[in-house]
Amino acid sequence: MSEFNLLWLQSGGCGGCSMSVLNAEAPDFYRSLSRNGINLLWHPSFSEASGREFLDLIQRIEDGEIRLDALCLEGSVMMGPRGSGRFHLLAGSRRPMFDVIRALAGQARFTVAIGSCAAFGGITMAGPNPGEAIGLQYEGKQAGGLLGSEWRSAGDLPVINIAGCPTHPNWVIDTLVQLAAGELGQRQLDSNHRPRSYTDHLVHHGCPRNEYYEFKASAEKPSDQGCMMEHLGCLGTQARADCNTRLWNGSGSCLRGGYACINCTAPEFEEPGHCFTETPKIAGIPIGLPTDMPKAWFVALASLAKAATPKRLRVNASTDRIRISPGQHDERDD
Amino acid sequence: MGEGKRILGPFNRVEGDLEVTVECSDGRVSQAWVNSPLYRGYEQILQGKDPRDALVYTPRICGICSVSQSVAAARALAAAQGIEPTANGSLCTNLILAAENLADHLTHFYLFFMPDFAREQYAGRDWYDAVARRFRAQTGEVARQVLPARADFLHLTGILAGKWPHSLALQPGGSTRPIAAHERVKLANTIDDFREFLEQVLFDAALEEVTTINDQDALLTFCQSRASGDFAQFVRIAQDLELAGIGRAADAFLSYGAYTGNDSPLFRAGRWAGAELVFDAADISEDISHSWLDGQREPAHPWDGSTIPVDDEAAGYSWCKAPRIDGHVVEVGALARQVVDGQPLIRDLVARNGGNVFSRVVARLLELARVVPAMQSWVRQIEPSQSFCEHAAVPDEGQGAGLVEAARGSLGHWLRIRNGRILNYQIVAPTTWNFSPRDRDAVPGALEQALVGTEVGDSVEDSVAIQHVIRSFDPCMVCTVH
Repeated sequence: MSEFNLLWLQSGGCGGCSMSVLNAEAPDFYRSLSRNGINLLWHPSFSEASGREFLDLIQRIEDGEIRLDALCLEGSVMMGPRGSGRFHLLAGSRRPMFDVIRALAGQARFTVAIGSCAAFGGITMAGPNPGEAIGLQYEGKQAGGLLGSEWRSAGDLPVINIAGCPTHPNWVIDTLVQLAAGELGQRQLDSNHRPRSYTDHLVHHGCPRNEYYEFKASAEKPSDQGCMMEHLGCLGTQARADCNTRLWNGSGSCLRGGYACINCTAPEFEEPGHCFTETPKIAGIPIGLPTDMPKAWFVALASLAKAATPKRLRVNASTDRIRISPGQHDERDD
Repeated sequence: MGEGKRILGPFNRVEGDLEVTVECSDGRVSQAWVNSPLYRGYEQILQGKDPRDALVYTPRICGICSVSQSVAAARALAAAQGIEPTANGSLCTNLILAAENLADHLTHFYLFFMPDFAREQYAGRDWYDAVARRFRAQTGEVARQVLPARADFLHLTGILAGKWPHSLALQPGGSTRPIAAHERVKLANTIDDFREFLEQVLFDAALEEVTTINDQDALLTFCQSRASGDFAQFVRIAQDLELAGIGRAADAFLSYGAYTGNDSPLFRAGRWAGAELVFDAADISEDISHSWLDGQREPAHPWDGSTIPVDDEAAGYSWCKAPRIDGHVVEVGALARQVVDGQPLIRDLVARNGGNVFSRVVARLLELARVVPAMQSWVRQIEPSQSFCEHAAVPDEGQGAGLVEAARGSLGHWLRIRNGRILNYQIVAPTTWNFSPRDRDAVPGALEQALVGTEVGDSVEDSVAIQHVIRSFDPCMVCTVH
């Protein structure tokens, strides 16, 4: 069987998704590809070829001399200023990067957005979107982007959005290996064209603060141990990703690191409309409750749970260490 | 070789996109112009935001210097709030920052810099076969050792910061992640494993043997006695190719001082240009005379800086500004940090041949040997019974600067707050210094100077020497323009 040729380009991003895939373990990123018959034609950080050698390579792909199975783009597509693409002209070519991307997507069997910037525009779309950043097939929540909402690759799939800021190394590896094996179809993608392998889960799943969540025992300030939903902006109950069951850098996740989930796999996460680390409330009740739960039920259950909160959880929630351990007598005060 | 200007790029194995225009005569570069071709507009994005949101946006400027950006933002906020991190918070910040910086030095040496010696142009050198087998991009044998060692080492960030890159654990008052007594064991073991990797694979020697090399002669003696060890191999290649003779810039260096300590930073702050100079952050200015930017007639201190892109090709040749200190070009990075700190080996190398491809790489590897023992000590100093994070409100009016040393040099954030929102946010990144364009006096930036005189042979496009000079700075283009 011939190898699955993969080309990785970067545009309006930070390179963080490439750094993240290098965190892959057992096996590492290079071996994950080679063992599964994936040939990395070129990557901006990992390949030998530079300058003219690279420009020759993309010319040969555009001319159909080299087969391209997957085009991966990391970073958003920079359209500015005023649609000219001058905010990112490919070095050595004076050609707008969006033009290179569009041409190569036309040749590739599959096109893959690595991270939320390439997928939806991501962090670079924040504020006034000074770069006129867009995603490959989305502009925020709006379908369209560079390639248009109806666009399908030669392999008859839309752009596959491995969203995340950064993306997880194994979200990338699992998806690429499935693609190379012919095991990834439309049914494996969610409504935002993200792989369901990780978006069928919530960040909330496996959160070590779940007991605090159950009893609405909340953290009040950074480094507290309680649930961060009520005060500190945590969106883990809505965010679609398996961060707390798959884990990052060995044993980590945002919540395990003591800070809020900012829902970075979702389009438009970059503009929450309030401070990221402060929960907006109406009449003391957080807006943005779990998506598939009737609000009245949530409020009723929350007030019931709050009334039943063991002292252990209430005390521990707003401090940075265990003050009362489970074995201790934990009758409620008063 | 054809005369006239040649446009080179893209340069891979640098972070982000880079274009260099060179003019050559008699087989050497006579002039160079460095262009950072990507503009995203972070300083515009930040205006009007809640100041605390800088902790979300700024790390995402750069996926390789993410923690450095977080630390600079946290320090700028802390200065505006009038608070300082707790002792534990400072120790955890040091550890997270060192994890990023050292992982970066390692990645740069093994994955970005050394693969150029596996290029066909060097076939026939007596070291070539062994070096090509070991360092060839992607397929060389080092990847199998380095990628797992790097990933294991970054487990520190999984514990201390939730994840890397792009963490929110670093706060103005310290860190969001308290460390229990037993967790220090895991942290210490992870650092010990990394130390073992460095001692066995990189240095073939105990770290103390490396940090006590006091001059170039001692360095060469050390390397002669090492049959294995990638550091010694590099030094032998550098001798053969005379890498100390290429890539010399202005020999003026700046460091903001790295890693906080009880009384003074681990590596001290300052300027050095043949002698120590007074460092005052008030002397920093940015010039936009050769940038595709508008909004400033004169060079401005970052407190008063603005970033307004212009759609006019003729306005300049880069999206990058030209930072100067007291009007002078400086070089930043591991070499600058070690020169300013007065490290004897690096002072000797610089006294002989200035900043160059060889001394920059040696300084980076030396830093690995100097920082790992400090990390071991920081873990021991964590007091699990004490607080990890101080808390304070953000003022409605105020300002604060955050200075930090990223792997590749001095990074500064300047934050001004009005009516509780960000009025202005200016960032001067390490590669902004190193890859600066010309200023209004037409003085070229550090890389532009370093490239002049580089021998390019028959074909400037195929010149490996140019690649060595550029990569010796460990450039980060996404930070440069942000």
